[in-house]
Amino acid sequence: MLAYIIRRVLQSGLVLLIVGLVAFSMFRFVGDPVDNMLGQERTLADVERLRDKLGLDQPFVMQYVKFLSGAAQGNFGVSYRQGRPVSDILMERAPATLELALVSGFLAISIGIALGVFTAIRRNGIAANLIMSLSLIGVSLPTFLIGISLIYLFSVELGWLPSFGRGDTVQIGGWSTGFLTETGLKALILPSITLGLYQMTLIMRLVRSEMLEVLRQDYIRFARARGLRERAVNFRHALKNTLVPVITVTGLQLGSIIAFAIITETVFQWPGVGLLFINAIQFVDIPVMAAYLMLISVMFVGINLIVDLLYFSIDPRLRADRAGAH
Amino acid sequence: MTSPTLSIRNLTVDIPTRHGILRPVDNVSYDIAPGEILGVVGESGAGKSMAGNAVIGLLSPPAHIAKGEIHVNGQRIDHLKGEDMRRLRGKHIGMVFQDPLTSLNPLLRIGDQLTETILAHLDVSRSQAEERAVQALDEVGIPGAAERINSYPHEFSGGMRQRVVIALALCAEPSLIIADEPTTALDVSVQAQIIALLKDLCRQKGTAVMLITHDMGVVAEAADRVAVMYAGKLVELGPVRDVLTTPRHPYTDGLMGSTPLASRGKDRLHQIPGAMPRLDALPKGCAFHPRCPLTQNRCKTDPKPTLADGAGAACWFPLTPGAEVA
Repeated sequence: MLAYIIRRVLQSGLVLLIVGLVAFSMFRFVGDPVDNMLGQERTLADVERLRDKLGLDQPFVMQYVKFLSGAAQGNFGVSYRQGRPVSDILMERAPATLELALVSGFLAISIGIALGVFTAIRRNGIAANLIMSLSLIGVSLPTFLIGISLIYLFSVELGWLPSFGRGDTVQIGGWSTGFLTETGLKALILPSITLGLYQMTLIMRLVRSEMLEVLRQDYIRFARARGLRERAVNFRHALKNTLVPVITVTGLQLGSIIAFAIITETVFQWPGVGLLFINAIQFVDIPVMAAYLMLISVMFVGINLIVDLLYFSIDPRLRADRAGAH
Repeated sequence: MTSPTLSIRNLTVDIPTRHGILRPVDNVSYDIAPGEILGVVGESGAGKSMAGNAVIGLLSPPAHIAKGEIHVNGQRIDHLKGEDMRRLRGKHIGMVFQDPLTSLNPLLRIGDQLTETILAHLDVSRSQAEERAVQALDEVGIPGAAERINSYPHEFSGGMRQRVVIALALCAEPSLIIADEPTTALDVSVQAQIIALLKDLCRQKGTAVMLITHDMGVVAEAADRVAVMYAGKLVELGPVRDVLTTPRHPYTDGLMGSTPLASRGKDRLHQIPGAMPRLDALPKGCAFHPRCPLTQNRCKTDPKPTLADGAGAACWFPLTPGAEVA
């Protein structure tokens, strides 16, 4: 078990190094930031001075090593556009994205699993079939369309919920939270539904098909033959056996909730890292883009690691196999 | 004679399909007395398991009981539904499935699976249930039951798992056990042990057993009486010694003739020509007539013969005179 964890952590490190290389390559190959930063009226001396200051005159390998050691310490350099340390900007923006992702993820998992189980157990019911048909909308409609439709309905027509922004936030230490104010909570509703809907329908359809598969197994028949209550058969015996594949997909989906918050954040002008990234692309603000890339890859790798460890807690067979393996 | 534990009268199971109604169990009647083991034999698809599933109320739709009555301990159960039927399962009727590798939930400790079954049926506290669980494991001959109770199914061998399955089927002390091919998936060396165990336990507790198998050796070893099924119909019923040594129905005779025996030497093994007819293409008259060596005109045209009450063979021209059915 320990050997397995160590191996996984090393693999994760390798993945991050490679992503780091890609992120760093942007500095070399995506346009020249100096042009953007200095504008039309500049002298050659200005250009040289700025290149020197940003370290752009150093050899490729030196710059990569410098970038990596900086990144490891959370230092991604200075934003070309805002002239402030990238880590400071990210820290300001991260709470907005993380809170949004947290709420969306929670909605997606709880409602997704509940509806998945329901539609599997009541396979032939009218309600279950209706939910299945509706879920096609969630899977097939693009996020921006859902977001705009929700804004139109609940903000423009009904006027119940705000159409953009985070509402009021409360500062706790370095973290600005929208959970503690009424406007903050209201502002969370539409974006989190928009962001979580796809994941919710995906989880629901996955849980349903896994559950139907498990309900055909012999041990479910045997559980019934032993006269266990339907509730025990469905939840204690069937649901737990559906969780391993569901956790795999859900874990990856949580990563993409954070990564692809970009679109939702743009639609709702949500002041998170996704919006920051979009703005950074427009200005070729490479340090911000590189830092964002690194941040997202750390999250993906971290979530994958957690998912792999969750398998062990759910499936005892894996524990035994691993114990035998080393 | 004491009143039978299980009494089946004219049991008929139908499966409606687009191309008409299939009848996997057709007008079958037999009794099983307390402590008696009835071997139900026949080829695959003869309806043996289907009859067992009908008794325990686990027919998978659209299969359903179309006609007939099932009584357990004098109580009529064929019309019971949902919660009423669930209370009977495990408590009055236990079931052992063919494959012990798939009958146990891989994610739950066997102790938990035992206690949940006991708690579902008996009015005992959790700690009493746990005590009973250890006792049940001990009874089926699992060494170190007190420690093994915390093991997961994958930590047992196939034979041991079938012992666990038997413990699970018996832990609420049902008066009838339906054992559906309990040894088919096991090693030959383990088969005899499992049969002996099942036999001993049921003798001790006075449990009636419906032993579904296609293995004549198992029947010879364990059963008191034998019911032979062919194409959904009961073709012969009688004490095990009579049926095995002096079969009356030509089909039973054919079955006995095709059992490999060391004493027969190296001669080519006899086989019944042809295959059992599909349920949607049953021949007129006696379903066995196309394969029967003794077929006469009457067999091809006259309505299917039925079995007289209690014992005998459903044949116009039985091998041993004196038991002909009117």
